[in-house]
Amino acid sequence: MATATFSIWRGDRNGGGFVDYKTDVESGMVVLDVVHRIQAMQANDLAVRWNCKAGKCGSCSAEVNGKPRLMCMTRLSEINLDEPVTVEPMHTFPRIKDLVTDVSWNYRVKEKIAKFAPRKPDAPDGTWRMAQADVDRVQEFRKCIECYLCQDVCHVLRDHHMHDQFIGPRFFVYTAALEMNPLDTADRIGDLRDSCGIGNCNITKCCTKVCPEEIKITDNAIIPLKERVVDRYYDPLARLFRIFS
Amino acid sequence: MAEYQKVECDVLVVGAGGAGLRAAIEASAAGVNVAVVSKSLLGKAHTVMAEGGMAAAMGNVDDRDNWRVHFADTMRGGQYLNNWRMAELHAKEAPDRVRELEAWGAMFDRTQDGRILQRNFGGHRYPRLAHVGDRTGLEMIRTLQDHGIHQGIDFHMETTILTLLTDGGRCVGAFTYDRERGRFKLFHAKAVILATGGIGRAYQITSNSWEYTGDGHSLAFHAGAALLDMEFVQFHPTGMIWPPSVKGLLVTEGVRGEGGVLRNSEGKRFMFDDIPPNYKTQTADNEEEGWRYTQGDKSARRPPELLTRDHVARCIRREVKEGRGSPHGGVYLDIAWIKEKLPNAAEHIKKKLPSMYHQFKQLADIDITQEPMEIGPTTHYMMGGVQVEAETQMSTLPGLFAAGESAAGLHGANRLGGNSLSDLIVFGKRAGEFAAKFAKDNAAGQVNNDQVEDAARSALEPFERGAKLRGAENPYAVQHELQEMMQDLVGIVRTQGEMERALEGIEKLKVRAAQAGIGGNREYNNGWHTALDLNNLLTVSEIVTRAALMRQESRGAHFRDDFPEKSDRWAGCNLRVTKALDGSVRVEEVPVKEIPAELKQVIEEQK
Repeated sequence: MATATFSIWRGDRNGGGFVDYKTDVESGMVVLDVVHRIQAMQANDLAVRWNCKAGKCGSCSAEVNGKPRLMCMTRLSEINLDEPVTVEPMHTFPRIKDLVTDVSWNYRVKEKIAKFAPRKPDAPDGTWRMAQADVDRVQEFRKCIECYLCQDVCHVLRDHHMHDQFIGPRFFVYTAALEMNPLDTADRIGDLRDSCGIGNCNITKCCTKVCPEEIKITDNAIIPLKERVVDRYYDPLARLFRIFS
Repeated sequence: MAEYQKVECDVLVVGAGGAGLRAAIEASAAGVNVAVVSKSLLGKAHTVMAEGGMAAAMGNVDDRDNWRVHFADTMRGGQYLNNWRMAELHAKEAPDRVRELEAWGAMFDRTQDGRILQRNFGGHRYPRLAHVGDRTGLEMIRTLQDHGIHQGIDFHMETTILTLLTDGGRCVGAFTYDRERGRFKLFHAKAVILATGGIGRAYQITSNSWEYTGDGHSLAFHAGAALLDMEFVQFHPTGMIWPPSVKGLLVTEGVRGEGGVLRNSEGKRFMFDDIPPNYKTQTADNEEEGWRYTQGDKSARRPPELLTRDHVARCIRREVKEGRGSPHGGVYLDIAWIKEKLPNAAEHIKKKLPSMYHQFKQLADIDITQEPMEIGPTTHYMMGGVQVEAETQMSTLPGLFAAGESAAGLHGANRLGGNSLSDLIVFGKRAGEFAAKFAKDNAAGQVNNDQVEDAARSALEPFERGAKLRGAENPYAVQHELQEMMQDLVGIVRTQGEMERALEGIEKLKVRAAQAGIGGNREYNNGWHTALDLNNLLTVSEIVTRAALMRQESRGAHFRDDFPEKSDRWAGCNLRVTKALDGSVRVEEVPVKEIPAELKQVIEEQK
């Protein structure tokens, strides 16, 4: 057993700072284990969200040594324990307490996106037929665990605070899953350009890098959606065609 | 006088996993006003962890399947202690509930002709589980969540129930606190649906998340409703056992459904050694036949790895106990071996079991396409729960409903894999429908102020003690000790002596829990939350232990070392738990409901 120092951000809406905790660590541990150990032995009221501890629920998002990570999936073996390890809440969202942030904005954004609207069933028994290849494309997006790490790292939200004009990578993935669903009939292209602010994304791919589900957010979701917006609104030939037809 | 905010609603749903969300959607569609409280954020409930799929006899892969086979499989798996009517409704209604999810946006894996694909699972005679790789639970919860947010439901996230409110033998709401600010909120409701999940956190090694502290079971018990079958705790045979920090984490049964095999340290497939008589005719007697079954050969019988969970878990325990275990005290689960059979085995495994691949790679440095996994049993599921009426899901306390894991009846002595997700949507819908009806048919009840004041006072006590610090108990320490004790004394194999010791231990821990103290303030204070959860954990631990003590036989998930056989004496009874007038736990035998002749015949036909 070795010891390590974890520097955890403690505080609330009004401010706070890093507090150092020395603790025992064992092989195979993840950062969330250490936070739990500190909570149980040294800081009972330390606030942290977690649920599944298996990278499936997306609750324990935080910034470990400055990098947006799921604490439950960050093994100590990949961190330098000779230096204090910093653990702090996500920056993009308002702080509540310690490692817990107010992510309610995400829930409000989702409600505004037009819901799934399937076409009429294909078969008399009310069911549909879909090819696995079409399903695969959408399933990549539906792997999303809503950890909001992509939102956290996106500079449009993190640095420019454009929360009221830009829905962020998570909701482009969500919209892409709906738009590319072979059954869906709703049209979200106009909203993508306007209320969703897709033009603000300049494809730096930071979101893709931090996605714990390895969804190719930029390449497979955002760029195809941008193309759909461009095709409809900015393609000069299509514009001419529309004028004369 | 406690300060609190008051919320008026027709139906209050407690829990936002699959059952809670499905219930809320149904109640809301019936035109009543619905509030949902959940301990976590929306979309994070333990349902996301369900991997393998949801069982529904749609017959898309094997057209011999139908509700009668599913019904008989469920009853056999539950050792006939199931509520037959629930098993019947479940088998008949699950296909519609699954198709409904597709209409709401779920994207299931497909068959060649574009229909919903179904996979094999333990105890199911035909491929029956609609699935999405090995993340079916996430697909279910996201579908219900994304549908539900457009239904006008009032969500109260990160809110925990302190007590149910009753008025003259009827449930009239709940008193709660919000985790973020620690403020009290009173929900005045005409009907309340418990969809709180299980009790896994009473054990040290569990696949369950922190939320599974038996809240619904304990709240219902204290409010005067009856519980049933609480001795039946399912230990899933395959949990991770290394590294220590992930001990208990689930490894889906889907691994075995896709051809994964269990081997001991001698490399032997030990599951062939012990096949229970009532499954003999349905089980392969050689490795080749077992493999053909997993690859869809309809003439083959299933491999013994896909026997029911209780049996597989005990066989693993036997191998370990007799010295044929793996280095970390489990056995090997091997899917990598299929490379002998399939040309693109590694890619195939990654496609079929993506999150298992990910989980082992990331948490244990193991590539499951190349090497076997080390696994062992983990506390997984509570078959018992609130006693409910099959059609309506109403408990013995009028106005209080329960659905999903927190309700009893469907699974009897042992649940089949895949029957949980379908349980959530079948009975979540029913609970929502009938709670809405109850709310329309009944006027609001009265809130008893004494109940509110009592709950508020005792909720704040840990802070008063915390201020003194000296002599106050650390709530985390009490919780850990309880978990360790339940694991050791009321676990997968039980004896009278050990369980009696557990009861003594629980009494001591109750005293200590009453001394739990906590510093800091009410805002997002995990220590406070843990102190409050102890009440529920201790209540359900005692109930499980007392019920397990009474059942002097081994059946389904309940195994007694001192009574290792099934006994006719206990074959026809469920154990019912109620709170006696003096507050103690009363356990009594009640006869299992007689199965009607036509359903008995269905069971006979399927034998």
